[in-house]
Amino acid sequence: MNNYDIKKDFHILKDITYLDSGATTQKPVQVINAIKNYYENNNANPHRGAYKLSIKATDVYDEARKKVSQFINARQTNEIVFTRNATESLNLIAYSYGMNNIKKGDTILLSIMEHHSNLVPWQNVCKKNGAKLEYMYVNNEGLLYEEDICKKIVPGVKVVGITQVSNVLGTINPVKEIVKRAHQVGAIVVVDASQSVPHMKVNVQDLDADFLVFSGHKMLAPLGIGVLYGKRELLNKLSPFLFGGDMIEYVYEQETTYAEVPTKFEAGTQNVEGAIGLSAAIDYLNNIGMNDVQKMEEEILEYAMSKLLKLDFITVYGPKDLSKHAGVISFNVNGVHPHDVASILDSNNVCIRSGNHCAQPLLRYMGLDSTCRASFYIYNTKEDVDKLIESLNKTRKVFEKWMK
Amino acid sequence: MDEVESVYTDIIMEHSTATYNKHELGNGAVKEHGHNPSCGDDITLEIIWNGDLIEDLAFTGSGCAISQASTSIMIDLLKGKTKEEALNLINIFLRMIKREDITEEETAKLEDAIALKNISNLPARVKCAELAWYTMEKLIEK
Ligand SMILES: Cc1ncc(COP(=O)(O)O)c(C=O)c1O
Ligand SMILES: [Zn+2]
Repeated sequence: MNNYDIKKDFHILKDITYLDSGATTQKPVQVINAIKNYYENNNANPHRGAYKLSIKATDVYDEARKKVSQFINARQTNEIVFTRNATESLNLIAYSYGMNNIKKGDTILLSIMEHHSNLVPWQNVCKKNGAKLEYMYVNNEGLLYEEDICKKIVPGVKVVGITQVSNVLGTINPVKEIVKRAHQVGAIVVVDASQSVPHMKVNVQDLDADFLVFSGHKMLAPLGIGVLYGKRELLNKLSPFLFGGDMIEYVYEQETTYAEVPTKFEAGTQNVEGAIGLSAAIDYLNNIGMNDVQKMEEEILEYAMSKLLKLDFITVYGPKDLSKHAGVISFNVNGVHPHDVASILDSNNVCIRSGNHCAQPLLRYMGLDSTCRASFYIYNTKEDVDKLIESLNKTRKVFEKWMK
Repeated sequence: MDEVESVYTDIIMEHSTATYNKHELGNGAVKEHGHNPSCGDDITLEIIWNGDLIEDLAFTGSGCAISQASTSIMIDLLKGKTKEEALNLINIFLRMIKREDITEEETAKLEDAIALKNISNLPARVKCAELAWYTMEKLIEK
């Protein structure tokens, strides 16, 4: 299957050039149909009713969990907790692990390129518990560098938060090495895989990540379903995050015992539709094969980079070495504000993102106010890139007379 | 004329790159900060009153061409006006942006600000055009 065949499964892409998959991806008919089929044939409240339909709903929900666990090679199915999105997964870790284990004098270490969702919750933990928050910084290409990594991961660091791929610069971080070093000093590692799991083979056992999170909606699945992977022994020790129905074992007037992991972390009626959609999305990706997914994106990235670098009015940010660069490109049209670029591209039906991409500390550190971001997925073709380039030339024309 | 050309006109572009309204006013100025968190436009308006009269008005900050142009155009329009006149002009402008009916007489009062009329062709940018005017409203009522 090539990206032209793939594109046919995404009806919304008929007339638009969609280059904002880093924000959320479009959905193929296979995923939309799986959700439709669930409501037409299997819908009930799982875990509750004592009737066949409810058992069916429970089964499909559990199957989705198994599918996810295999997709990232977890040891056990119950190491997968369903959440609303990566942000909720990270909050779960920050509250249930961070608030209870991080003490005054401890250090939480993040990379400066973390998305606000892997930064603000830890800032909150540090403020409440009196811990220190430190950062691993990047060089001018947006790459973490070994010297700084070694200097920062030292005894006293209790949590390391690291994104596997930067949603701003596309940087692929050396997560495996960071985990190894962090474990040597007794820290746990929280991997934000929001921009990696959709695009490359991710193996939690190989990475030896303690926690790893991602959102379904960035990998062809519907909005509102997210994943938290945690090592079994860690999840067992965590206290619950949200309390209420389903997450309990026995409830007395003054005391409650909780259900086993992962149910302990899934309070209230769950987003079964989302889990079904995510399961169908994984089938879709597996059918292509994650190696091919990655290869297709590499090809598009290479093509886009070669075209962009030829435009003398564009500044491109991020790693020059494309083996450390995923399918996300941040750039600026010199002298033109990114919002204006996005509007002019939009008039050509080219969708890109502009702004600070929920990573203000990174942009500030790099001395940038905001950038344009084009991000690619399996349905993007060379023609999409050509349309981007053509629209950037149009932008240049509109502004040319006024550039100083 | 496509939607982009209807917005990025010469008047808008000229104002977006003009700097004569972009500076601090120093001691005695009252300030108000305005910010579009979703897109990052960030301006600070400064005013010097002479009784009820806007004696001087200027801004600092950064943002897209639309937000910068709209701020500069507004300053040209409101400088020298009374508080009441200014509030009335802001009201007319915001109604124009929202595509509500405004009379010919009202339209004439807006001078160069009429150039922002077509911003509703780019719904994602309406906030950029409005920012200065809402900030000004707050500043006047401070
Ligand atoms: C690297 C990264 N982490 C976390 C998130 C947050 O994802 P969500 O908004 O789905 O929780 C995003 C999405 O923008 C992201 O790119
Ligand atoms: Zn703006």
